[in-house]
Amino acid sequence: MSDQNDSQQRTEPDIETASEQASDREGPAVVSRRWLLLKAGIALNGLVGLALAVPVVRYLLAPVRKDSSYKSWVSLGDANSFPVGETRLVSFKNPWTQPWDGQTDNVAAYVRREGASQFTVFAINCAHLGCPVRWFPQSQLFMCPCHGGVYYADGSRASGPPERGLFTYDYKIAGGQLQIDAGQMPSLSNTAKLVNISSPATNSGRNGDCGCRG
Amino acid sequence: MPGMKQTGKRIYDWFEQRLQVEDPIKDAVLHKVPRNTASWWYVFGSAAFTLLMLQIVTGILLALVYVPSAAEAWNSLNILNHQVPLGWFLRAVHGWGSNFMVAVVFIHMAQVFLFGAYKFPRELTWTVGVFLLLMTLGMAFTGQVLRFDQDAYWGLGIGVFILSRVPWMGGGLVHLLLGGPTIAGATLSRFFALHVFVIPGTLLFLALVHVWMVIKLGINEWPMPGRLVRKSTYIAEYNQLTHEDGIPFVPGAFWKDLIFSAAVLAAVGVCAAVFGPSGPGGQPDPSITQTVPKPDFPFLWIYAVLSYLPPSMETPFILIAPIVMIAGLLAVPFVASEGEKSWHRRPVAVLALATIAVGWGVFTHLAMSTPWSPHMSAWSADTLPVEYLREATPLVRQGAVIFQAKQCRNCHSIGGHGGERGPALDAVATRMTPDQMRYKVVTGGGNMPAYGKNLSPAEIEALVSFLETLHPKGEPPAFDASQQAAQSNAVPAGGSNTP
Repeated sequence: MSDQNDSQQRTEPDIETASEQASDREGPAVVSRRWLLLKAGIALNGLVGLALAVPVVRYLLAPVRKDSSYKSWVSLGDANSFPVGETRLVSFKNPWTQPWDGQTDNVAAYVRREGASQFTVFAINCAHLGCPVRWFPQSQLFMCPCHGGVYYADGSRASGPPERGLFTYDYKIAGGQLQIDAGQMPSLSNTAKLVNISSPATNSGRNGDCGCRG
Repeated sequence: MPGMKQTGKRIYDWFEQRLQVEDPIKDAVLHKVPRNTASWWYVFGSAAFTLLMLQIVTGILLALVYVPSAAEAWNSLNILNHQVPLGWFLRAVHGWGSNFMVAVVFIHMAQVFLFGAYKFPRELTWTVGVFLLLMTLGMAFTGQVLRFDQDAYWGLGIGVFILSRVPWMGGGLVHLLLGGPTIAGATLSRFFALHVFVIPGTLLFLALVHVWMVIKLGINEWPMPGRLVRKSTYIAEYNQLTHEDGIPFVPGAFWKDLIFSAAVLAAVGVCAAVFGPSGPGGQPDPSITQTVPKPDFPFLWIYAVLSYLPPSMETPFILIAPIVMIAGLLAVPFVASEGEKSWHRRPVAVLALATIAVGWGVFTHLAMSTPWSPHMSAWSADTLPVEYLREATPLVRQGAVIFQAKQCRNCHSIGGHGGERGPALDAVATRMTPDQMRYKVVTGGGNMPAYGKNLSPAEIEALVSFLETLHPKGEPPAFDASQQAAQSNAVPAGGSNTP
């Protein structure tokens, strides 16, 4: 960056100055008209750009919709195919789907049947960061392979980083079929609000006291 | 020959008359740089740029075969791996090129930070560099998504869960990220657009701006202790330095850049040939739960940090930490735009860099062994050492079976095998009395689930009698001193009353 550059910078502007002087000679009124036209040109482009941006933004925001518009009732099969007191892995076709979704439209859930018409349908996504939890019937625990979240059979948090229990789907029984309200990947923003977990002492006490499992 | 030379010159002149690029190129390559910056420490930036070129070329080559459709992407990668001649090698070069690029960009940044090269007048060069780093990481993440296997699918899931924590607009952001309510066809299409058009376009543009500023402002001089940067005098001092002790960038410094870039490219090629491409792993079917998702190398440290956060810290940390980190990086040249450049006189900078480097290394190492996760198949796959069961009573053996069958082994290791989530139990009997073990098994606590509802009293008895045997030879098991004292007192007291 040295003398070589400096000297160039010194010679080149000379031409610009000459042209500036020439435009000066045309008079200030002419120059201001050119500037006005330039500004008009910029304004016109801004206006057209804005008009075109509206449909572009609308197009980009197309996926942002109410959760309810994505969800619908999906059958998980005959309600009586689920034995009482057991937890089963089921998969179903995502109701909101495109022909090119491939295997990704194959969503899974855990169905736990507590009584004749009493079910809990858990999302397989860990409430921590969404990894697929695995059910271990022997110890009656759900374990997450990612960060070590563990849940009891009723979906409540047993240990690890999750702030809350497993997400559940709303269900109903229609015509003997177990149906769930699905179509939206469960996460903290839609399926449930974040719940504050209590201090470790009360938490373990609660787990110990709870007589609802087994 | 002379005739050919003349023809060549004529063709060159014909183009030069129309393009007029000779002068600016000469200016750029012949500009003087301080003699001591023609150092091997200054080769990382150009190597990063070379790797960017490699990624663009190999990326285009892969796009000749890859199908950016959720239904076909995974198959097309397998066809690249197994059917297209040398398709596996192209995938491997692109994948290893990505690893090297992330590494070289980080090393470049650390070197620039250590040499104080971000100080006046190069603040904006650093700022653009921070965005280049973010774009490089963005390329690594979107590239992992295009691999569209189980890791890609669940990695996206983690992205969803992070975004969903944003107050008010979390749900909308998730829909924007995925292009719909779930990870599906629309998701892959938009990540393809990001990985192939949006991010590389921006990356290339910013990289050129970055290089432009390096040429215009000159390469940072070698930092000398005591030579302070002052805004009022720096430019004159730098010009004087290059004037008095400068050498033309080409060939003075550039030959080292060339040799290092060639070495890095060769290393990418060797890694690609020896280690091959990464994945694709299992097919992206979310109903397959037999999977242990893991992010790619550059993101392993985040994976580890997320598992160590206490639950109450999760959301604030996830939402605030990235903003603080990026703001901190952007603030560096504005907080310290003047003063010492030499690391000999910047202990805080050296310590900060060392802390970050060690922290990064530790978290990455931890993420490779994931001691926080239950080992999903330990209960059915890991064997018990024979000596633990020699001369064991039927009750103890039953306890050992329960220990395996109830997945205790997934979190607790014995004989060096099993999960690392909980403590190893090889010497548990020296730490806990049977009563304490019973209490712990039934109520859980800390990071252990309560097993009170899942084990019958008989099972708990058997399990505890097995755990009681777990102590080294010659080291007695723990006992309850007060209980023992009460029992030993009771006998003499009773004895004295008998007569």
